[in-house]
Amino acid sequence: MRVAESVSPLARDGPSWRYRRSTRQVLRMSAVHLALVATGFLFLLPLLWMVSTSLKSLTQQAAWPPEWIPQPFVWRNYPDAAAFLPLARYTLNSLTITVLFVIGTLLSCPLIAYAFARIRFPGRDFLFIVLIATIMLPGVVRLIPTYLMFRQLGFLNTYLPMVLPAFFGSPLFIFLLRQYFRTFPEELADAARMDGASEIGILYRIFMPMSGPALAVITIFAVQSQWNDFVDPLIYLNKERMRTLAVGLYYFRAYQDTTNWGQMMAAATMMTAPILILFALFQRYFIQGVALTGMKG
Amino acid sequence: MSVSTLSLSVWWARLGQARRRTFLGYLFLSPWLVGLLAFTLFPILAVFGLGFMEYGIFGRPTWIGLQNYRDILTNDRLFLTTLGNTLYFVALSVPLSTVIGFLLAVALNTRLIGQTLFRTAFYVPSIVPQVAAVLLFVWLFHPQIGLINFALDLLGLEGPNWLGRPQWAKPAIVIMGLWGVGGGMIIYLAGLQSIPQHLYEAAEIDGATEMRRFLMITIPLMTPTLFYNLIIGIIGSFQVFVTAYVATQGGPLNSTLFYVLYLYRYGFEEFRLGYASALAWILFLLVLALTVVVFRSSSSWVYYESGGER
Repeated sequence: MRVAESVSPLARDGPSWRYRRSTRQVLRMSAVHLALVATGFLFLLPLLWMVSTSLKSLTQQAAWPPEWIPQPFVWRNYPDAAAFLPLARYTLNSLTITVLFVIGTLLSCPLIAYAFARIRFPGRDFLFIVLIATIMLPGVVRLIPTYLMFRQLGFLNTYLPMVLPAFFGSPLFIFLLRQYFRTFPEELADAARMDGASEIGILYRIFMPMSGPALAVITIFAVQSQWNDFVDPLIYLNKERMRTLAVGLYYFRAYQDTTNWGQMMAAATMMTAPILILFALFQRYFIQGVALTGMKG
Repeated sequence: MSVSTLSLSVWWARLGQARRRTFLGYLFLSPWLVGLLAFTLFPILAVFGLGFMEYGIFGRPTWIGLQNYRDILTNDRLFLTTLGNTLYFVALSVPLSTVIGFLLAVALNTRLIGQTLFRTAFYVPSIVPQVAAVLLFVWLFHPQIGLINFALDLLGLEGPNWLGRPQWAKPAIVIMGLWGVGGGMIIYLAGLQSIPQHLYEAAEIDGATEMRRFLMITIPLMTPTLFYNLIIGIIGSFQVFVTAYVATQGGPLNSTLFYVLYLYRYGFEEFRLGYASALAWILFLLVLALTVVVFRSSSSWVYYESGGER
């Protein structure tokens, strides 16, 4: 615990006690550090192994004991993987869905969150409870009727089933933005109203410019959700050329008869890299965002 | 055109302030309200109705009453298997990921050298795209040349054929999930950091040992966060799908045939949409019941700060 040891009143008990205590503490802190280093390595090894394997030749993949450094570096695994399945095309498809989904999210969610946060009207609090309940609804319950609905509308083999719902707002994103908007002082909106600003004006000229971090968080979550989504593209897209990267990667495993783990890990690395780069650039927002989802309303 | 705009503005001006606000509120909410009807309320009602029907891919839905439910509960040999698999998974993965995530957060919440570095190391695996992570673990779990069995070999243990043996496949799937505990850890860490320091200081002055402070301050104040994550964890684990679909396709010997995978097969491989809907409704009731139980139990173990001064 981060209990202020340095100002501990017990320290007055005398130097010998203090000495013993700090030795014990140093020992314990070293043990904690050591344990964390070990588990940290355990968590990162699979990722290193993925990259290492992606650069190995077919023979070196099967080496026993396993070797960490590729010898030689088989960079060809990457273009070969992209030739085995049209990964470039799949990447483009995933990107298209992701971008459209983000646009839909950023158009709809602020509007809805603003109404929940700063417009007072009857029924609002009840609807907010409904919103929270839908966050907890198991998604699988919706699967079949939604599929039938989109099929009826002729949306099979289009990106609409993935993209369209974003324009109607995602409960979790609405909730996060609403919580953020609520941290602005009430007088902010009231004063603007006195000056004759419309609600739309308050949202877009005052609230949105002040909500950069929250908007970044929901954008990152939206990107992650669509880039990783597996079930929806699996169900709604049958045409090979329309597949997303996530589904394409699955077929990588299904199609290969003699498994070339190097190529497969190259493909997995290619799918993971954009998310890791995004994380490296916007680490703060990832962490803040996840922390926010754990807080209650 | 100008006339109608004019009459609109007259109408707007005549509207009272409160009514105007109400109108605007619902106007702003309208996308979500439409979505709520189309993508949530309608599907819930529809899945209930479809459960009473026979509905193939090309045919028309026909009403068969409770037949689907009767078949599931009496004739379906795999239903209990799949339910058992799912409960096994939930019972193992929810407590494990909670405990590991929480312990990591507690460890990270001490005065550490390189705290950010540790946090990153534990968090990064949780953002690796799921399909990529599963393929990676299929490779790590390779019975002959996999890294995990090599590590076990170093320890003098003989590694099993993880994904090829019924008794090992489920634990393997649980382990894949545990790789992503970093997300939960971040949530717990945020919770730990929001515990006011003066509580610990006061307890220390009163002579409370560290263990006691942990049990009497940290744990109670973290129960709301733990509670929330427990609920989300249970709901999520009941729907485990992608790991099993990609890694094992439900095998070997149906040992990783989880509920949603089973439902998916009926819905999208055999196209028995009515039967799959009945399965979905049963899962919904199960998860709902469990959630209610956890909510009910919460009053006895979840600590809520009273509204008074603090």
